[in-house]
Amino acid sequence: MKYLFVLSAFLLLGSVAWTTRSGNTPPGVVQQAWADSVKKDPETGLAADTDLPLIKAHCTACHSSKLITQNHFTRTGWVDKIRWMQKYHKLWDLGPSEVAVLNYLEKYYGPARQTFDGRRKPLEKPGWYKL
Amino acid sequence: MRENDRRRFIKQSVLGTLGTILSTEAVFAIPEGYTPLFFDNDRDALKGKSTEMVVLNDRPWNVEAPAHLLDDTVTPAEKMFIRNNGIVPETIDVKGWTLTINGESAMTKKVYTLEDLKKKFKAHTYQLTLECGGNGRAGYFPSTSGNQWTNGGVSCAEWTGVRLRDILEDAGIKEDAVYIGYYGKDIHPSREPGKVVISRGVPIKKALEEETLIAWAMNGKDIPVVHGYPLRLVIGGWPASVSGKWLHTISIRNKIHDGPKMTGKSYKVPINPVEPGVDPPEDQFRIIESMPVKSLITYPQTGAMLALGKPLQVRGHAWAGDLQVKQLEVSIDFGATWQKADLKAPKNRLAWQHWTAELTFPKLGYYEVWARATDSKGVSQPMVMPQWNPEGYINNSCHRIAVKVV
Repeated sequence: MKYLFVLSAFLLLGSVAWTTRSGNTPPGVVQQAWADSVKKDPETGLAADTDLPLIKAHCTACHSSKLITQNHFTRTGWVDKIRWMQKYHKLWDLGPSEVAVLNYLEKYYGPARQTFDGRRKPLEKPGWYKL
Repeated sequence: MRENDRRRFIKQSVLGTLGTILSTEAVFAIPEGYTPLFFDNDRDALKGKSTEMVVLNDRPWNVEAPAHLLDDTVTPAEKMFIRNNGIVPETIDVKGWTLTINGESAMTKKVYTLEDLKKKFKAHTYQLTLECGGNGRAGYFPSTSGNQWTNGGVSCAEWTGVRLRDILEDAGIKEDAVYIGYYGKDIHPSREPGKVVISRGVPIKKALEEETLIAWAMNGKDIPVVHGYPLRLVIGGWPASVSGKWLHTISIRNKIHDGPKMTGKSYKVPINPVEPGVDPPEDQFRIIESMPVKSLITYPQTGAMLALGKPLQVRGHAWAGDLQVKQLEVSIDFGATWQKADLKAPKNRLAWQHWTAELTFPKLGYYEVWARATDSKGVSQPMVMPQWNPEGYINNSCHRIAVKVV
């Protein structure tokens, strides 16, 4: 009985800790179906977040927010886009803001994790061999 | 052989206790032809099977062949898929084995020993395509429950036996006969004695076809235990679940057979097409009869890398249920263009057909070779997922392999 109590208290604490953490999603974990639960900024259509002003300053100051909303890149993929814009489109050095911008992009515009709903999945990668 | 080991052990035990021979004999003596209890046919299911076979389930056994393993024109036992619904019979008494013909629409009840079957009736040999109704299930989205067969739940071996028609006519078929249903000796997974595992069948018209066999041999040898030794019903072109293994009874029915796995949604698809994910009520399903047109690329194995300018010989098989395949095409550009393959006639009706094609690749890079068969009624394999169905049956979408030109 005492054991059960201790166990449930532990589980309760654990779930509180998890809830607290989930506000700050660890890298690589993409929030599923956020579109239904996350509010959108009426001006840009981007996900509302405390870091949204950073996105407006560094990204949509120059280009449409649709360049963000229509894409789902990995963190590395978003870094590549930033480097490409820095190389060809005079994007400035984001400095210490880059981490926050990438966190935002990865959190809301990471690879889509919805289940496949097409008519045929791509072929799985084979074990390549010399014929 | 474990059986021999057991016998040797028993003999040694008997010799070792000569002093008390009388009582020992009474304990250990084994009647002739009796198989010890721990002789485990089910555990031995993979004995002799290729190590490349893929186990989807081991209780009951569901084992498939990767496509490249099915390259032989006649499928050998070691590359034949296993789809069991129950446990392989523990004891198989060949001498005492009988086939009973009964049912409401049988004029007389008949019982035949294996010897009777071999002596009284003419033997026939046919190469017959047996494909699991659920072959290709892994390709359905949303995914459906059941063993996730990819492409390898198909075989085409040579079966020898007597025509079911000859036996049914010997017993006499009443005018009101509608269906036949088989019964086999496999053991229910619950191990409840006498509980029927699977008992399916076909309409009387299909049962009376020339190629429908009561077989005792596969590829010129006794049928392997896991594939139905010593007697199996073999009905080509329909879901392989109608080809009952360890066969002991066939009932001539005056209605659609109602054994386990004939009812509910087993081996059935919705009468009217449904949106993927929609599962209509039972009364809106129909029994799967002939399997749809399909093909496999069995050479090369997917993942082949070859040098630019080197032509690639590809080959495989094609089949079309009750029909014949009239055309086989291959594509290396995702169906934008198709090239006709050389397609052979089947060895006999309901046998798969072999095809070959020579491909040349225009430049370096990643390609997929897709094969598409068309049946004698002009119906082709879809490139995408076919009509989705809740149980995930009859997925006959085109097979494809990856090739790199380096």
